[in-house]
Amino acid sequence: MKHNLRRWLAQWDAGELDFTAKTASPELPQPRAETEWSKEPVRRLERRQAAAFNRIYPVLAAILCTVMIGFLFFTVSELPAFGSSDSPAHNEVTKRYVEQGMAETGAVNTVSGVILDYRAFDTLGESHVLFTATTAVLILLLTAQEEAEPKQQREIMQRDPILRQTAKIVVPLAMLFGIYVIFNGHLGPGGGFAGGSVIGGALILYVVSFGFERLEKLLNLKTFRIIVLCALCFYSLSKCYSFFCGANGLETIFSAGTPGRIFSAGLILPLNIAVGIVVACTMYGFYSLFRRGRI
Amino acid sequence: MLQNLWDHRIACAAVVLFAIGFATLLLHRNLMKKIIALNIMDTATYLFLTSLGYISNRTASIITDGVTEMERYVNPLPAGLVLTGIVVSVSVTAVLLGLTIRLYQRYHTLNLDEIYMMAQQEQEEDT
Amino acid sequence: MSFCVNFPLFCVVACLLCAVISSVLKDKAARLVSMGLTLAVLLCNLFLLIYILQEGSSVTYLMGHYPHPWGNELRISILEPLFCLAFSCVLLLCLLGGRKHIKDDLREEKRNLYYVMADLVLSSLLVLSYTNDIFTGYVFIEICTLSSCGLLMIRQIGRTTLASVRYMIFSLLGSGLFLLGVVVAYSLTGQLLMPSLKASIASIYASGEYRTPLMAAICLITVGLCIKSGLFPFHFWMPDTYGCATPASSGILSGLVSKGYIFFLLKIIFDVFGTEVFYASGMQNVLYAFGACGIVVGSVSALRENDISRMIAYSSAAQIGYIYLGIGISGNLGVIAALYHILTHAMTKPALFLAAARLSDTAGGARRFKDLQGAGWANRTAGAFFTFEAFSMIGLPLTMGFISKYLFALAAFRTGVRMILTLVVLAVSTVLNTLYFARTVIRLYNKQETELRPCPMKKQASYAFAALLLAGVNVGCGVFVRPLLHLLSKGVDLF
Repeated sequence: MKHNLRRWLAQWDAGELDFTAKTASPELPQPRAETEWSKEPVRRLERRQAAAFNRIYPVLAAILCTVMIGFLFFTVSELPAFGSSDSPAHNEVTKRYVEQGMAETGAVNTVSGVILDYRAFDTLGESHVLFTATTAVLILLLTAQEEAEPKQQREIMQRDPILRQTAKIVVPLAMLFGIYVIFNGHLGPGGGFAGGSVIGGALILYVVSFGFERLEKLLNLKTFRIIVLCALCFYSLSKCYSFFCGANGLETIFSAGTPGRIFSAGLILPLNIAVGIVVACTMYGFYSLFRRGRI
Repeated sequence: MLQNLWDHRIACAAVVLFAIGFATLLLHRNLMKKIIALNIMDTATYLFLTSLGYISNRTASIITDGVTEMERYVNPLPAGLVLTGIVVSVSVTAVLLGLTIRLYQRYHTLNLDEIYMMAQQEQEEDT
Repeated sequence: MSFCVNFPLFCVVACLLCAVISSVLKDKAARLVSMGLTLAVLLCNLFLLIYILQEGSSVTYLMGHYPHPWGNELRISILEPLFCLAFSCVLLLCLLGGRKHIKDDLREEKRNLYYVMADLVLSSLLVLSYTNDIFTGYVFIEICTLSSCGLLMIRQIGRTTLASVRYMIFSLLGSGLFLLGVVVAYSLTGQLLMPSLKASIASIYASGEYRTPLMAAICLITVGLCIKSGLFPFHFWMPDTYGCATPASSGILSGLVSKGYIFFLLKIIFDVFGTEVFYASGMQNVLYAFGACGIVVGSVSALRENDISRMIAYSSAAQIGYIYLGIGISGNLGVIAALYHILTHAMTKPALFLAAARLSDTAGGARRFKDLQGAGWANRTAGAFFTFEAFSMIGLPLTMGFISKYLFALAAFRTGVRMILTLVVLAVSTVLNTLYFARTVIRLYNKQETELRPCPMKKQASYAFAALLLAGVNVGCGVFVRPLLHLLSKGVDLF
């Protein structure tokens, strides 16, 4: 016993003691082929699946889910009444947004007024979430290879006359509609995010039916980066200016204008345009990176 | 209690969706299913949030005919928050899908257990 | 109002701008921009801290023309600038000390994106500390998740990709629960700004209505942030994540990102729920229990580990346990101990990761203990700093680790029944800490037959400088304890 303990301690000190030895066999790992992994991981996987924890895991997960759903149902049943006008969510905050929103921000669409003026800091963060995600996907998928896209697939797509003829009609209309949605963000339903995704969708449809080459002259990685850079810098700087003025009690040079006009509502229209550009570029960028590993 | 739950039927639907997402996240080993589960959970939250803004017999909060009385419009704030939330959820999904593509390119499987075992093997081969 | 109070806004916008601009720069320029930015943020927060100390009261800063409850706000009191100061300092030293590995581990065309992500992490940490709006907090939590995941996966080997998937899934589960909690709180109060939320919640609590939903909001928000910061049952992503990222990223992720979430949680406990409501919910007992389990489980797992980076990562899980234990002791002293430990851990862990990476470089990239034999002689600088930081982790006097353990014990004496348990957990964990760190240090200084090639001092000037500063701050805060404790206790009163 004592001898065992000493050997055990010496092994531990040498870092040779493998506590997983009971579950893993001491066989040397086989060099793996590209197509087929060696048997060892498969065997280990089987052993792991047979382990006691993995057998009771579904049961535990089911219990956890049941507890959680029960708790949430209890919570829901005690919430303030749904659809009633005197629930706590409809308070003085909402009152000012609705009643004075148009006068203070110049936006007929109260939601635009809220997200781009009253709570503009959230939206500033939100557009940078998009930027962060694009950068993360660039890190992951950007490859140096020239031709990552499967050629055959592209040719099949391009030979499809129905797709091409439809795209010829739909793409300009969708672009126009997207621009309309962006420019009407402060007047009616719409805004930078909605319009930007419509334009992004139109760009994607275009490259699906006509291939990336034609668009590449206009929108490659360099121009993509510069467009996003300009839009986001404009966004941050103008909002920084307006926050600074607000905090220090200064008036901004942007006025609310006459509500209902296209050129009104101060910063909201330019910000919607900037957001629209960022969103459209991001959507197209995601598609292009997923499809062929570059923009 | 049942009456209360019926009154909050949209919130209940959100809870059911959330539970479906949560259960899928816990029980499935397939990476794509996990991503879908996370999306379902997010959507459930947005459904719940949207339902908070609703007030019966009122119209969307876009000022029409110059009427600015609060009694005419629903609450605009939840709509704004949902918009923010959706954008966040899209970004996160894109990053997760990017990661999935990388993992599939490397290990040719989407099962997280299998990927984990292969990565462990790889590590042992390294050292 | 002095011009100083504009600094948080400028810092945040500067971080976002630098991140966007760095994405078109070359790798060296991006690095300089990033370091300059971090230094500027550090100085700004220093000035701001001095200003607030002179004023003696907190300042609310409007983000726009509308006060709460309508518009966004920032809140500047003592703790916010203090922690931003610490965060930016550690970030700067991580970038400086991990420079060589950033260069070695990353492909050249993607190196500038590393600094983009670092800038974004800094911006989100700043906002998480300063914001007075819970939904803004949510948005920047997501920026923090995505950018820290970027820092992790930018080193493209199979294991980091797998680790980032797990990290993302855990993080997203956490932020999903957090968002649900925020929405439940919103449905009860109709507020999103912290001061208004606090007033509404206090009146709801006093009236006795909506007990279950309030409880649900507290649980969901707390559990969400606990998952994100890696408290005990959710710490499984830690060893993979910290073990295989580039060392600067491991330092940033373990020392800053998880601390940012904990600081935000503390802010929510104090500014949204109010300590009274939070303690009445009993959540602090849950935090205490899981914190204590986390300490023991993390230390035991570290003891069983044969890989130096993974051992340090498991030790992180134990340190997170300490912080939650402090919050769970319930009382200002416990919170002060937790805050002090956040600083201790932020100063120590990155230095350990950097030193470990240097040592394993000396041993030809090996990270198993048996291959690291004698590495401390070959690379004396890294060996010395590793030993010092290990002392700090164990809690030897003259280091910050000693003071935080002392504070935890002091806080424990004020509690009734839990005193014994807390002291036992502290003692057990100190013994375990000593075991695994002593074993590592002894191995590092064990002579072996085949000498490792010594690493000249010249090659690692930037690392030595960063490690020296980290160790210097550590000793400074460990010796001159009183001013820092005074700041912390005043800050907790003003929270």
